[in-house]
Amino acid sequence: MALTDFWFITIAVLWIGYFFLEGFDFGVGMLLHPIGRTDAERRVMINTIGPVWDGNEVWLLVAGGATFAAFPNWYATLFSGFYLALFLILLALIFRGVAFEYRGKIDSVRWRQRWDIAIAVGSWLPAVLWGVAFANIVRGVPIDANQDFTGNLFTLLNPFGLLGGITTASLFILHGANFLSLKTVGEVRERAHRAAQIAGPVAIVAGATFLIWNQLERGKGWTWIVVIGAAVALVVGLLAERRNSEGIAFGATGLAIAFAVIALFGSLYPDVMPSSTDPAFSLTVENASSTDYTLKVMTIVALVMTPIVLLYQGWTYWVFRKRIGTQHLPVVHHS
Amino acid sequence: MFALGALPLARWQFGITTVYHFFMVPLTIGLSVLVAWFHTRWYRHGRESDLRLTKFFGKLFLINFAMGVVTGIVQEFQFGMNWSVYSRFVGDVFGAPLAMEGLVAFFLESTFLGLWIFGWGRLNPKIHLATIWAAAIGTWLSAYFIIAANSWMQHPVGVVFNADRGRAELVDIWAVLTNSTTLAAFPHVISGAVLTAAVFVAGISAWWLMRRNPTDVDREGFTRALKTGLWVTIVAGLVLSVSGHFQTRLMFEQQPMKMAAAEALCNTETGPGLSIFAVGDVSKDCDVRSFVIPGLLSFLATDTWDAEIPGVNEVQADYEQQFGPGDYIPNLMVTYWGFRAMIGIGLVSVFAAAAALIYLRAKKVLPQSRWAGRVAVALILTPFLGNSAGWIFTEMGRQPWVVAPNPNGLPEIRQLTADAVSTSVGGATVLFSMVTFTLVYGALGIVELFLLKRYTEAGPDAAITGVLGGSDEPPDDTPRGPEGSDDRPTDEPSDDDADRLVFAY
Repeated sequence: MALTDFWFITIAVLWIGYFFLEGFDFGVGMLLHPIGRTDAERRVMINTIGPVWDGNEVWLLVAGGATFAAFPNWYATLFSGFYLALFLILLALIFRGVAFEYRGKIDSVRWRQRWDIAIAVGSWLPAVLWGVAFANIVRGVPIDANQDFTGNLFTLLNPFGLLGGITTASLFILHGANFLSLKTVGEVRERAHRAAQIAGPVAIVAGATFLIWNQLERGKGWTWIVVIGAAVALVVGLLAERRNSEGIAFGATGLAIAFAVIALFGSLYPDVMPSSTDPAFSLTVENASSTDYTLKVMTIVALVMTPIVLLYQGWTYWVFRKRIGTQHLPVVHHS
Repeated sequence: MFALGALPLARWQFGITTVYHFFMVPLTIGLSVLVAWFHTRWYRHGRESDLRLTKFFGKLFLINFAMGVVTGIVQEFQFGMNWSVYSRFVGDVFGAPLAMEGLVAFFLESTFLGLWIFGWGRLNPKIHLATIWAAAIGTWLSAYFIIAANSWMQHPVGVVFNADRGRAELVDIWAVLTNSTTLAAFPHVISGAVLTAAVFVAGISAWWLMRRNPTDVDREGFTRALKTGLWVTIVAGLVLSVSGHFQTRLMFEQQPMKMAAAEALCNTETGPGLSIFAVGDVSKDCDVRSFVIPGLLSFLATDTWDAEIPGVNEVQADYEQQFGPGDYIPNLMVTYWGFRAMIGIGLVSVFAAAAALIYLRAKKVLPQSRWAGRVAVALILTPFLGNSAGWIFTEMGRQPWVVAPNPNGLPEIRQLTADAVSTSVGGATVLFSMVTFTLVYGALGIVELFLLKRYTEAGPDAAITGVLGGSDEPPDDTPRGPEGSDDRPTDEPSDDDADRLVFAY
């Protein structure tokens, strides 16, 4: 396999890791108000992701850094082109990250309510915008001969892009609800189940429409299998949720997210950013990539480091595996 | 709509967001180690005072860390957003250290810091101690990779030029990772960071000892923290000056224009001195430098007192000959004063620490005056200003280049900042982004300072028990917070709360 193909797959894997992990912590943030009716319940929800959200977000930084290193032209065109969308994502991630850390620092209702809003909005925005961005990457955007994006924010807000946004948002809500059912006890857990039952059908309809639309326009033969895999995973997840098999439900929505990313990247290949202006201007794994030497260096680093990272990140989830409920919160801080 | 181009705005945004980010970063790098040190002392000797120091400074560390993390994401994104032409030109070499930073360092610090924060009472004490050290190592590794990336912009090595694709291409990763510029800059940045945290710890400890009346256990702890902070400041100051000297020697060889600009040296001189200050505009007038210490610039640059140091005008003429007509002179006001501010402010920190140590040795206790307390707090700011001045000097001194040409490397490996900016992004967009980031950063900076102040004033009690009370709620009957409840959770959960978390957000 060519190294450029290997790195195309690696970038896809990094995005899968990011959407699998931060997908559920976005979901928890999006469900903060619908599920957490009291301050104590919202605290429980935040604490399910408290120890891990920052490590989850590093997957984004590594996906960005790896794109810069392996496909500098992709990085340059994408980041300068999707400027305002990324700017909004950055603002959202700034407020959200600070909110997790600062929310509990002052024991005041108003103080916490404001940070709760930051967490909710800061989770909704990227959950929608990542879907919009990826839908537009595969759909193709106006790119000129200099590999410069020639559209604006509204170029991205086409029906296919918006459907992509609805798909990621509903998938992340479902994923987050399943995560909460798995990690909490009591009222929060029950409401999380109900949220999953509402978000599930939405995710199936939006996701199926989005992926089939994508298949019909640019899919490959083998990506049909992946799309079917995503659909099966979602259905299995919903059935498991109804039978209170929360671990299976969570794993299944995670798998659906992974399949959806594979379907998108599969239909994208060998382009990395197709141009809707002229296919000759498209960025491909060949013309956007770094040299073989750089890719070789990065391959060694990735092959050595990734297993180590997975090992200790996995261990974190093991350490914090216990379910929590309002009765587990420390005594000094309460609503 | 806007006549203003994207270039100056993109530069302002980079400057503002980077200087701001680098308020948090050095404190994170330095304080992670000091907190790990207090934690280690507690683990070894089991003294209550060390645990209280760990939690107190740990709390301040985390308040600061959060802001460092979120502003760091902007840094990685804005290369592509505002500097896409640069990204295409250097991506083959510059992207690798950034990706390594994420894979090797960011995962380590974020994951293990999460384990440390939430690990109280849940992890085996030895493993819990290891998590803070792992996080600290992560912050240091992160500094290494990003300095390697920055050093490549100052002194590009390990690359060839691909004329077809018009870009720099990596041929030797070791040359990049062991760039002499990196090897000199890393100890300089790290010792600056350690000094920042040491002054922070010493200043806050001194303030507590002078302005509050701590309990016996905290008096013991803060006295120890104060002495630790002061000694670390002195040692870090020594490493700073030695590494700074090595950097100056490299700068003389690698970036002669920056060297000349540091002194605003107009014309080539043999054995030039270093001026303490200048009266007037150094960019217009050659004879405004005052209090020149003879031969010192020559010594800093070459280790000899009578070397010939090229002046700004000569380097400009050289560059014109090599790279065509153009203005290759950086903003001399900024470089001249930035260089002095960096050194001068650094010296203030170190001399203040030395003076405090001498005073302590003579008098044993600190003065109980409001004035002294204010000085202690004000001194905390000095390293932050010194760090900023140093970075502003080195980045502005590289201008007009974003990738400075290496005198011993390939001349094609160079890029003007003006040629690096994204061609597809309009001035209005960058203006909007720059203004928004500035306002958001400003507002969040106020929140961070407010929290640091509240938690500093509340002291170790608040750090042990949890959160501070707000002002909008009437006090209720339930004991809570720092105002003296005695049912604080300890590290060992009691039987009836076996499942209760020791720490939660």
